[in-house]
Amino acid sequence: AFFWLVSLLLSSLIWFIAVKASDPQDERLQKGLLIFGVMFSVLLQEAFRFLYYKLLRKAIEGLVALSEDGCSPISIQQMAYVAGVGFGLMSGAFSMINLLADALGPGTVGIHGDSQLYFLTSAFMTMVLIFLHTFWGILFFHGCEHRRWWEIAAVVIMHLTVSGSSFCNPLYVGSLVPSYLLMAAAAAWAYLLSGGSAQNLRRFLLCKC
Amino acid sequence: MITFMNNSDSEEEPCNERTSLMSAGSPPVPSYQDGLQASEAGEAQAHRKRRAGSSRGPNNITGGEMSGSGVPVRESALENEEEELTLKYGAKHVIMLFVPVTLCMIVVVATIKSVRFYTEKNGQLIYTPFSEDTPSVGQRLLNSVLNTIIMISVIIVMTVFLVLLYKYRCYKFIHGWLILSSLMLLFLFTYIYLGEVLKTYNVAMDYPTLFIVIWNFGAVGMICIHWKGPLQLQQAYLIMISALMALVFIKYLPEWSAWVILGAISIYDLMAVLCPKGPLRMLVETAQERNEPIFPALIYSSAMMWTVGMAKPDTAARGPSQQTWDAAEDGREHLRSPSHAESQMSETRSSVPTRPVTSLEELEEEERGVKLGLGDFIFYSVLVGKAAATASGDWNTTLACFVAILIGLCLTLLLLAVYKKALPALPISITFGLIFYFSTDNLVRPFMDTLASHQLYI
Repeated sequence: AFFWLVSLLLSSLIWFIAVKASDPQDERLQKGLLIFGVMFSVLLQEAFRFLYYKLLRKAIEGLVALSEDGCSPISIQQMAYVAGVGFGLMSGAFSMINLLADALGPGTVGIHGDSQLYFLTSAFMTMVLIFLHTFWGILFFHGCEHRRWWEIAAVVIMHLTVSGSSFCNPLYVGSLVPSYLLMAAAAAWAYLLSGGSAQNLRRFLLCKC
Repeated sequence: MITFMNNSDSEEEPCNERTSLMSAGSPPVPSYQDGLQASEAGEAQAHRKRRAGSSRGPNNITGGEMSGSGVPVRESALENEEEELTLKYGAKHVIMLFVPVTLCMIVVVATIKSVRFYTEKNGQLIYTPFSEDTPSVGQRLLNSVLNTIIMISVIIVMTVFLVLLYKYRCYKFIHGWLILSSLMLLFLFTYIYLGEVLKTYNVAMDYPTLFIVIWNFGAVGMICIHWKGPLQLQQAYLIMISALMALVFIKYLPEWSAWVILGAISIYDLMAVLCPKGPLRMLVETAQERNEPIFPALIYSSAMMWTVGMAKPDTAARGPSQQTWDAAEDGREHLRSPSHAESQMSETRSSVPTRPVTSLEELEEEERGVKLGLGDFIFYSVLVGKAAATASGDWNTTLACFVAILIGLCLTLLLLAVYKKALPALPISITFGLIFYFSTDNLVRPFMDTLASHQLYI
């Protein structure tokens, strides 16, 4: 969470400087700067995820060195999951919390001609982002562990895609649908990477019934 | 520590002694006394437990010294076990401190957001006499710096006064002072707080009910904090009085002064705890020399001591190590809960003769606690509360400050494990908090607002 926050800080610093240095009247430029800001922020987030991975790697080595039986009390997969959840929660909190606070007060949604589904779609989008961050955490760390650069690249591209699709808002079908599809794909991939399989799933579901 | 005096406007006291995080500190005590009484053994044992809980250092030191004094070899094996256990418990300690700090902050933020009273400007404390309603920026800055200087010097004077009192063994005076200050907190401030909350929610309450409620609250609080009581109740009371104190600060400190004071007090904390002539350090060392727990009601503790004290090996070999532990323990003042310690001590003493001697390994299994000074709680909450009160970005800023403070606390605890001596808990957290507050308010807020207005997601 802290790392996500720092990445957000740096990216907003860059955007702020860019905005201040540019002409505030030019709409297209502002929009372009915003897009640039978003993309840069995504890249920065992934960079910080990588830094966090490095930090956790060192921590695990320290733990292993200190433990009695040579294995650390927490595995890298668990750390990946926790890191992903942390990123997701922070990102979700920052996205939603002001909205929620405003939602408590009086008002009408979309009275000025904007979409009336603003709150709903924001909620769904935030949810899908949180889930995605969790899965991306697992995928990313797995890619780093096994030196599979294409996995890391896939995560980055997915993130860029999801953020980019949010540019289609308020045409919500353009942003929500792809995001949910990507989430399903990422979920399945992360599940398989974590050792799950169709048999496990079936056994789990059958045992429950 | 130098909390409240007899006058009613002595609110800033808590800042002093409370602001340090003690780690298993280790000025090695050369005096190995063989004939330790059971009570001291018990104390030391409990101390040792606490100490071991927070860092690895003392373990090593103890191990080293014990072997130095000819103690059986199992100590070295113990050392490794200690290290690992310490690491394992290290994360637990972090969590044990996260929860109360978070609770305190939640109470403060919730109150700030809902009760108007604490964000209205109704005058200032006499410790910050310069007003900030000046036309020019330079004048305002100057006033806030002057306010800070006055506040910090008051704090320094109080701290030195307290240390002198402690040095010359005026215990009764100190206890009376502390009791008076917690009385004021528990009764007066609670009354004001309750009144404001009731006003906000437009709930009517008659005076007899109010009297009964506040009387019960205050009386139980006094007993819990200064004498004995269930651990969780005591923790709850300490959190509540920290929150009340933080609310008072948030209300009565003008804006710029508050930020400058926060910065200055973390620098002061750093110097007072780490410099050889710093008052807090002297307090700690004096307490160590005398093998006494420090003052009650100023430190939050997260674990029971009597459980620790239950298994006490009485071997002579333990004597010196316990002595060391004890000394190191006292070093950890600010993070320890003296009141808790005291109550536990008395229980420990009484229970010592009846407890069987257990092995060292068994001792290691017991719960170890961490302690944090209440001043730290207060200033963390002040930072987050001010962020909630004055930031126009509202919740994002508050959340960012909250995360920053918790990470700072984590780092401080890590440093504690590495350095194993009394450490100030304020500087890292407050620095992070301030950086994040100003940067989030000015940089992140416009970015997030623009993103939200276009409904873009990053």
